[in-house]
Amino acid sequence: MTTSPISGTARTFGDNIDTDVIVPGKYLVYDLPEIAKHVMDGVRPGFADEISHGDVIVGGRNFGTGSSREMAPRGLQAAGIAAIVAKSFARIFFRNCINVGLAPVECADADLVQEGQTVSIDLAAGRVTIVDTGQVLDAVALPEEIGEILAAGGMENYLAARLARPTS
Amino acid sequence: MPMTIAQKIIARAAGCEVVQPDDVLWADVDIAMMHDSSGPRRIWPALERLGVGVWDPDRIVLVCDHYVPANNVAAAEILQTTRHFAKAFGITRFHEAQGIAHTLMVEKGYARPGELYLGSDSHTCTAGVLGCLALGVGSTDILGVVTTGRTWLRVPHTIRIRVGGQLRLGVTAKDLILHIIGDKGMDGALYQVLEFTGSAIDALSIQERSVLTNMCAEIGAKTGVVPCDALTVDHFASLGVDVEPGPFSDADAEFSATWIFDGHAIEPVVARPDRHDDVVPISDLGGPPVSRAYIGSCTGAKYEDLAMAAEVLRGRRVADGVLLQVAPASRAALQQAMSDGTAQALMDAGAHLLSTGCGACPGIGAGVLAAGEVAISTTNRNFRGRMGSPDSSLYLGSPYSVAAAAVAGSIVDPRQFVGGNP
Ligand code: SF4
Repeated sequence: MTTSPISGTARTFGDNIDTDVIVPGKYLVYDLPEIAKHVMDGVRPGFADEISHGDVIVGGRNFGTGSSREMAPRGLQAAGIAAIVAKSFARIFFRNCINVGLAPVECADADLVQEGQTVSIDLAAGRVTIVDTGQVLDAVALPEEIGEILAAGGMENYLAARLARPTS
Repeated sequence: MPMTIAQKIIARAAGCEVVQPDDVLWADVDIAMMHDSSGPRRIWPALERLGVGVWDPDRIVLVCDHYVPANNVAAAEILQTTRHFAKAFGITRFHEAQGIAHTLMVEKGYARPGELYLGSDSHTCTAGVLGCLALGVGSTDILGVVTTGRTWLRVPHTIRIRVGGQLRLGVTAKDLILHIIGDKGMDGALYQVLEFTGSAIDALSIQERSVLTNMCAEIGAKTGVVPCDALTVDHFASLGVDVEPGPFSDADAEFSATWIFDGHAIEPVVARPDRHDDVVPISDLGGPPVSRAYIGSCTGAKYEDLAMAAEVLRGRRVADGVLLQVAPASRAALQQAMSDGTAQALMDAGAHLLSTGCGACPGIGAGVLAAGEVAISTTNRNFRGRMGSPDSSLYLGSPYSVAAAAVAGSIVDPRQFVGGNP
């Protein structure tokens, strides 16, 4: 797997952050740039304006629970989020992250990360480092089959490469 | 090696003798479903960029339900794109304004026992009531499926749920599944399959069982499954389709847990606002007043749900200050309700009949809530703002409980209206 390391400022959230608060249903009729302006409106209004490109969301348990709307990870990605670290993910949200090329990192100790700290993520090794303190947290390494999709930048690029080689 | 239903279905779909939980593999999909919100509008541009068509138009179900009927031009255009897609790719199982996708999948028996079914919606799991492995995914996942007919999976662990005894009069599958979710928490079955067994499950109709599989999404499960039994075989026979009972989990298959419940001990419950796992018996609630009662969605507006509501409402009136709205989950449900007097009973009691479709459930269609409104609904989610204003409050309950609240003006034990014993 060739996913490159990611490093960014942690933006922390609690447990059970659901897709209705990440991208409320009323925005689904709009295009991505508009949706990106409202991410997390349901829990932290104005959050989209505070994001610096490359920030990392750090959540609690069951991150992304609820509806299958892919605009949730796409909206976060378009708003500048580089990866999501969480204690656990809702399964569809996890898949959607892979498919849109946004790294989901399952890390049981995610709650040790504090708002504003810098985290660096090694996906292949399954490791999250809190750069400020040097603390290294274990994370779940992605299986190679899935890492390939993420490394391609998401499912569409992955498909483009495979569909172009009909013999594969 | 002994296997669970989920393992058996995945093994066949992946062309393997055996699969073990946590294996990651690619499998062939038997049937795929998309709807107006998650389907063509999201994947058609990608199909064009990739320069490919669909893998098999006869194995794709396409449903317009979320934006039906369009209440603004943007919604109308989403429906139009969906319609054009169906035509362009020759999708034969295209349904517009016929019902909610998950209700239609079961009504029409599109997913068969033992099949691997992927749909781009989180309540795809509903169809697990037919003994298939029904997995909800997002739009780009479904893009992969409709172009290649394949998907990647992590083989799940299975939790067996055994519900003994029988549910009592006035207690429904909705009360049972809310009770289970309240007991285990909204991530209580994360990544796992829930397999429903036991005498209380055997005694339920297909429509009632489908409430259990529908709300597997609300406990974090990968999906839910009710093994195909004689009742399921009859359901398919009524559609002119021959199926056999099974597949079944082997007796010595490995389950990650067995959850045991006593059907007789389940009471009418509601989930309190903002958290569908904050579940309390109605008798402990203190009768909060409501301004809105909503009977709708793939969970709670099938024919039998309408009939339950009618049982409470017959010969009674909706209380002053309450608006009771009913959005049937399918046209077939409405037609049946019209032909046997159920719809008449709802109307006579003062219900406001809405169009068939997702309606207010996702906060998109007709019937959304204003700030300060308190509602009780037969739907499946009450995240903050789900059905409208972030400052509305939403309780979830059974059709009996919603109808009872409409009559009483506050949330009360519905058994007093249906002859049940509180
Ligand atoms: S009725 Fe509600 S839960 Fe069911 S598919 Fe529609 S939006 Fe989803």
